Amino acid sequence: MGEDRVETLNRTQNPREWLATVLVWGAATLVTAIFSWLLGDILWHGLSHISWAFLTAPPENAGRRGGIGPILVSTALILGVCLAVSLPIGIGTAILLAEFTSAQSLFGRVTRRSLDVLAGVPSIVVGLFGNAFFCKALGLGFSILSGGLTLACMVLPILIRSTEEGFRAVPVSYRLSAASLGLSRTTTLLHLLLPAAVPSLLVGLVLGIGRAIAETAALIFTSGYVDRMPESLLDSGRALSIHIFDLSMNVSGGDANAYASSLVLVVLLLAINGTASWLANYGLHRKIVTI
Amino acid sequence: MPIEPIAESRPQHPFNGEPADCKSHLFIDVNRLSLHYGEKPAFQDVSMSIKKGCITALVGPSGCGKTSFLTCLNRLTDLIAGCRVSGRITLDSLDVLAPQADVIRLRRRIGMIFQKPNPFPLSIRRNLEFPLREHGLRDRQQIAQRVETALRDVGLWDEVKDRLGSPALTLSGGQQQRLCIARALALSPEMLLMDEPCSALDPLSSGVVEDLIVNLRGRYTILIVTHNLAQARRIADYAAVFWVQNGAGRLIETGTARQVFDEPRDPLTAAYISGMRG
Ligand SMILES: Nc1ncnc2c1ncn2[C@@H]1O[C@H](COP(=O)(O)OP(=O)(O)OP(=O)(O)O)[C@@H](O)[C@H]1O
Ligand SMILES: [Mg+2]
Repeated sequence: MGEDRVETLNRTQNPREWLATVLVWGAATLVTAIFSWLLGDILWHGLSHISWAFLTAPPENAGRRGGIGPILVSTALILGVCLAVSLPIGIGTAILLAEFTSAQSLFGRVTRRSLDVLAGVPSIVVGLFGNAFFCKALGLGFSILSGGLTLACMVLPILIRSTEEGFRAVPVSYRLSAASLGLSRTTTLLHLLLPAAVPSLLVGLVLGIGRAIAETAALIFTSGYVDRMPESLLDSGRALSIHIFDLSMNVSGGDANAYASSLVLVVLLLAINGTASWLANYGLHRKIVTI
Repeated sequence: MPIEPIAESRPQHPFNGEPADCKSHLFIDVNRLSLHYGEKPAFQDVSMSIKKGCITALVGPSGCGKTSFLTCLNRLTDLIAGCRVSGRITLDSLDVLAPQADVIRLRRRIGMIFQKPNPFPLSIRRNLEFPLREHGLRDRQQIAQRVETALRDVGLWDEVKDRLGSPALTLSGGQQQRLCIARALALSPEMLLMDEPCSALDPLSSGVVEDLIVNLRGRYTILIVTHNLAQARRIADYAAVFWVQNGAGRLIETGTARQVFDEPRDPLTAAYISGMRG
């Protein structure tokens, strides 16, 4: 007995434990190394081109020179449309699924399964759907609106499922104690369940925005290539990822600006990620606990 | 729904000595109550009455339907999918199980304390304020007054008065349970349902909560589930024994605590009680 325990405690002496340790650490190092290399490469090539002028000026000569001002604006607008549509629908559906349908009901099962399938649909397919539905059938044409709505279709499944899990993870005891105090269902939902589900909502949001902001295939068919400053949501607008794609694939001599644009994109993604995890850990938490 | 002023819904002076009205007034009458989860019965055919201002203890082995019985009284059963209740519960003249009964109001009249302390993930103060606000109390001063009174009632005021803004979950288990009791008391209910309120607590905190319950006698009607027979005997005026028979819980004996614990009529009760003695 006693010797057994000594042996299991002393991990490195067991060859299998040793191998597992090496594998786990190896994998972790590899992932970190690849990411660092990628980031380093982009920083190395892109950093010297970043300036205020680059961030605000319009592109010139098919993007070889000039900046990305209108492209940032289009990206923000597309993302804005996407969020304005997907957040309310997403939270609403998540509440419906988690609070008003039982996990086993047919409606719940069918909806959940459909969402899981939708979440896995390749973005090019979503793009073609967006083109057929928003651009043609609804007559929105190649526009920021079409692009944002198409992205919303991609983001919604992730957002809904993640938020729903958040609601389901709230302990039953909260609901019971709230009900036993005579609190209405709406009150319980708004003041206890929603705050408790916010971290999962943010996780879904970050995953969703990450997917949306980096999306290329779905936007090529919906929001288009036009790199002028958009004047309304019905104008075509070029998203950052499409700009990068275009510069590196179709424009010879566009590499430098492609690198700089990639850097901007990566920084945006990291910033969104950081803000969300800060919100989840400190900002909202503190607010929920002490108000 | 406006909240009544605290003084009207509850006797003003803290209880001292035997309450005059214990043993006389009927508060709740339960008639042939049964509860099924899906097809499976939890308990069947329970009839008993609960006297106003008294402490009634509900005892019996695990799984005999004590918790289920409590949740019928404040209609928490509404929240459980597949749960079916039949029979009749009368509170004063209110038909508790009637579909049109106002459950929000019912639950304000009957507070509940759970086995595991379950404060909301809010600050200590907000835990008490939040339900009050939701029940329509707006006046800041009145709210503060009620919060203080409730915390004093459970003997928590001196322990937490300097840290009302800190998270309730940083309190100890015993303090959390007393906070939950205070949260229920702040709404000035007429009755408290307590589901093994001491079982998650150490002996010392358990003793504190037990003394608290005794102090509430007379001001509130209390129905307490406990596995601690010695405790039940110490604090209860009346006792009811549940037992599993043919796969469903049944009420096998009721009476004054003295009668049930000292001269049980049912041999099962006698055997169960002798566990306490032996
Ligand atoms: N939500 C539920 N769904 C299905 N069955 C349940 C549910 N809650 C309780 N039961 C069943 O009903 C019976 C009575 O349970 P209950 O919790 O009321 O017993 P109890 O007397 O409170 O037990 P304990 O002393 O262990 O708390 C048990 O057989 C239990 O398995
Ligand atoms: Mg129980």
